[in-house]
Amino acid sequence: MSETGEQLVVDFPLRKEGEPFPPPRYCEYRRRDGLVLSYLPDGRPVWLVTRHAAVREILTSRKISSNPDREGFPNIGETMGVPRQDQIPGWFVGLDPPEHDRFRKALIPEFTVRRIREMRPAIQGVIDKVIDDLLAAGDEADLINDFALPIPSLVISALLGVPAADREFFESRTRTLVNIRQSTDAQRDLASRELLRYINRLIEIKSKWPGDDLPSRLLAGGVLQARELPGVLLLLLIAGHETTANNIGLGIVTLMENPQWIGDDRIVEELLRLHSVADLVSLRVAVEDVEICGQLIKAGEGIVPLVAAANHDEEVFACPHLFDPGRSARQHVAFGYGVHQCLGQNLVRVEMELAYRTLFERIPGLSPAVGAEGLPYKYDGVLHGLHALPVRW
Amino acid sequence: MRITVSTEACVGAGQCVLSAPDVFDQDDDGVVEVLAAEPDAGQSGAVHLAQELCPSGAIAVQD
Repeated sequence: MSETGEQLVVDFPLRKEGEPFPPPRYCEYRRRDGLVLSYLPDGRPVWLVTRHAAVREILTSRKISSNPDREGFPNIGETMGVPRQDQIPGWFVGLDPPEHDRFRKALIPEFTVRRIREMRPAIQGVIDKVIDDLLAAGDEADLINDFALPIPSLVISALLGVPAADREFFESRTRTLVNIRQSTDAQRDLASRELLRYINRLIEIKSKWPGDDLPSRLLAGGVLQARELPGVLLLLLIAGHETTANNIGLGIVTLMENPQWIGDDRIVEELLRLHSVADLVSLRVAVEDVEICGQLIKAGEGIVPLVAAANHDEEVFACPHLFDPGRSARQHVAFGYGVHQCLGQNLVRVEMELAYRTLFERIPGLSPAVGAEGLPYKYDGVLHGLHALPVRW
Repeated sequence: MRITVSTEACVGAGQCVLSAPDVFDQDDDGVVEVLAAEPDAGQSGAVHLAQELCPSGAIAVQD
């Protein structure tokens, strides 16, 4: 590992139980000249990147790769016990341009601003149904299990053209896969295999009887090969599920604390910035020597851009820890940056907007059933979020 | 103000459509489309925001 000047050396995990998020030490890292050297649980060194400009530079550099098979790539997912899915063909977040671009170009028509706008009534229908179920069940609920998780799961199953009769199966398996605290490694492994088997069957069905859905259009488009589709569909499912649920859940907590903002159009962008749920998702490795923040990163060295740190950079966002929808938050990198920037970002924006609006309209007496200090925050995975959100009304 | 875009570089994130909907659109392939290559000065803020937010650097603005 190359070192210039005095380096601060820190150890993973970066987040500790009971700490606020983003961890206060991100602030300290950001104030130092250069980058921060850290060590993964397996002992491999990586560079932490915390400044907004530097994170954007890393995520757009052609000298830096997203390919987890490259020597030196920081496989945090693997080392933190989350199963690796990137061996499956079609797992294109792990590909660099130009290989990556064929997948991205095939999928972007499905996620344009216009296409997502057309999906609004269907998304609203999903949210209405989930709230009907909440209200029918009583006067208290866990809004993670009973609201934040079912919404993206049902939206994705509609997007993928999963028949209504199969949605319960689909929802239960995706829930097992993402609900790390309530499932074992073996259960998640099984759920993942069952889902992949189901997705394979779905592709067979769609190739025989095409419908008005994403897999049918990808099959008809012919740009992607049939063997690549299961990986693509599983990626869409996993990328759009827990991330969305975490955003919905954390946003509800912030809005219950700041009810004066409920109904304002600007809350979604500020909540995305403030919570930065995908803090540890955009991992990279240098393929050539590259200098960032005056620090030489050598080819083969791992890089961890911390998007939560970038989204709390005081040089870009004044008083970054405050929830202030009045600020200009759109420069955030909550969806990453560069060619891998979240494909589903316009979908999650609409899911969040409609979820908050509908929830607080239909259940105006919503209040937390535990104090803020009692909320079970996730601190041991790659995503920031809540395990549970008990409420009553 | 003159706008040029690279449809090759575009990754279809849609940031430009959200920032300046009177100036940018996405075609049926999801790729950037310029509705007004020389927009009014009143669009300047929105156009520069679109340029800054474009994740793939596909938008160039000449003032």
